[in-house]
Amino acid sequence: MANIKRSPWLLHYDGSSCNGCDIEVLACLTPVYDAERFGVMNTGDPMQADILLITGGINTQNQEVVKQLYDQMPRPKVVCAVGVCACTGGVFKDCYNILGGADTVIPVDIYVPGCAARPQAIIDGIVQAVELFQKRSEEHDALVKNKGKEAS
Amino acid sequence: MGKRSIIPYGPQHPVLPEPIHIDLVIEDERIIEAIPSVGFIHRGLESLVDKRDFNQLVYVVERTCGICSFQHGMGYCEAVESVFGVEIPDRAKFLRTIWSEMSRIHSHLLWLGLLADGFGYENLFYQCWRIRERVLDLIELTTGGRVIFSVNKIGGVLKDIPEDQLRHILSELDAIEADLNVIKKTFIEDYTVQSRLRGIGILTREQAHDLGCAGPVARASGIKADMRKRGYDAYPHLDFEPIVSNAGDSYARCYCRLMEVFQSIDLIRQAIGKIPGESDLSVAIKGNPDGEAFFRCEQPRGEAVYYVKGSGKTFLDRFRVRTPTFANLPGLCEMLAGAELSDVGLLVITIDPCISCTER
Ligand code: SF4
Repeated sequence: MANIKRSPWLLHYDGSSCNGCDIEVLACLTPVYDAERFGVMNTGDPMQADILLITGGINTQNQEVVKQLYDQMPRPKVVCAVGVCACTGGVFKDCYNILGGADTVIPVDIYVPGCAARPQAIIDGIVQAVELFQKRSEEHDALVKNKGKEAS
Repeated sequence: MGKRSIIPYGPQHPVLPEPIHIDLVIEDERIIEAIPSVGFIHRGLESLVDKRDFNQLVYVVERTCGICSFQHGMGYCEAVESVFGVEIPDRAKFLRTIWSEMSRIHSHLLWLGLLADGFGYENLFYQCWRIRERVLDLIELTTGGRVIFSVNKIGGVLKDIPEDQLRHILSELDAIEADLNVIKKTFIEDYTVQSRLRGIGILTREQAHDLGCAGPVARASGIKADMRKRGYDAYPHLDFEPIVSNAGDSYARCYCRLMEVFQSIDLIRQAIGKIPGESDLSVAIKGNPDGEAFFRCEQPRGEAVYYVKGSGKTFLDRFRVRTPTFANLPGLCEMLAGAELSDVGLLVITIDPCISCTER
């Protein structure tokens, strides 16, 4: 945590969750848990977001929406699945309309377990996502620099 | 006449905590018609009846919605209990009532916070959620879970609240009430809040009645409908009157929910005062459900209806739930027609939509 240099934007999307995890994600951003002290900030705009927090499984109706949100986010990006629904489909796994966890349509980096995931667990997930984001940005920067050198 | 255009609203939208899509037909800045389309969170929860037996289904039904999860589980259990024809112990009834009212407080505070965020009072939003955490702490203390607490079972409840915890709840409630009185002043008296809410999204009594609105939305339009008055669980022993307002606008809906928080605090106090001494928490259930039953209960958002049908097998034939938001969506479309485009976010929030419930 000590060498965090960037403040990523957080985007939250509710897949087909039961709301339990959503309100816990929101609770994380409010004063008692205050995830914003780790330098993240909530946004509603996917074009601006760096970390996607997704709750709930994927169903036939929202799979395109999730894919589109992911594609709209600029690189580098990190995806964090919150709650067992988003990890595997959870209690709803056997429902006819559930295709599975978030990783059925987009690559997921961090899995936060729990039903509902506790705020402490979610914050842990966010911190890991921030660190991963930092690493990816550095790699991305290095890549861009090398490309620049090659061109000159 | 201005030019007509259609603005798609959602599913992913900054003011919406949950995905719902509404097509707004607008003329200049005024909305002519609102066409909702749902299905983004449809899971097919009711279809699990043939994969989970009727005991396991309690935990699935609870996850219909994370905000009123306790009442969902309770509604299902009570419906199955009436199929069996059993009466749960009195203490279990009181415990169910206490937990129901706690989840009402946390749900209404959550909503008040979202509303405050909707009209641009970020600090107020955080204050509401700060107070809500105190209620969640009480819930966690007594059940072990924060939002999904799984304390219902068919025939009673799984956990007891011991005497010292009941006393702790009472003292916490005093502190919560004191905090609430501070934010109440802003919600009720503040000039900006009033100018954002008064006269916005009026739903007349006739409209609310004809469209079958439920819960605080109906009560804010002057319909005195509260399923708790039907007298399930411990409610017949408690003294309360539904909170009704006649204005039918957003302010009235805010007022009703705010006052219901105080009412719930009072109900918990009464319930703790009258709770019978320690006894069994559940009755034994023998055999499998055979028959059908309806159960209606008052959730934070209004009346929910549960239907179960069994034919003597471990798996039910049918389970169905009608949730309050589903009843309130036609009312929302009515409110949106004729509203300003800039009020849409606020109006959607005022019916306290719970899309997860609606789409299951
Ligand atoms: S993991 Fe549990 S609490 Fe979270 S969305 Fe799924 S069912 Fe709800």
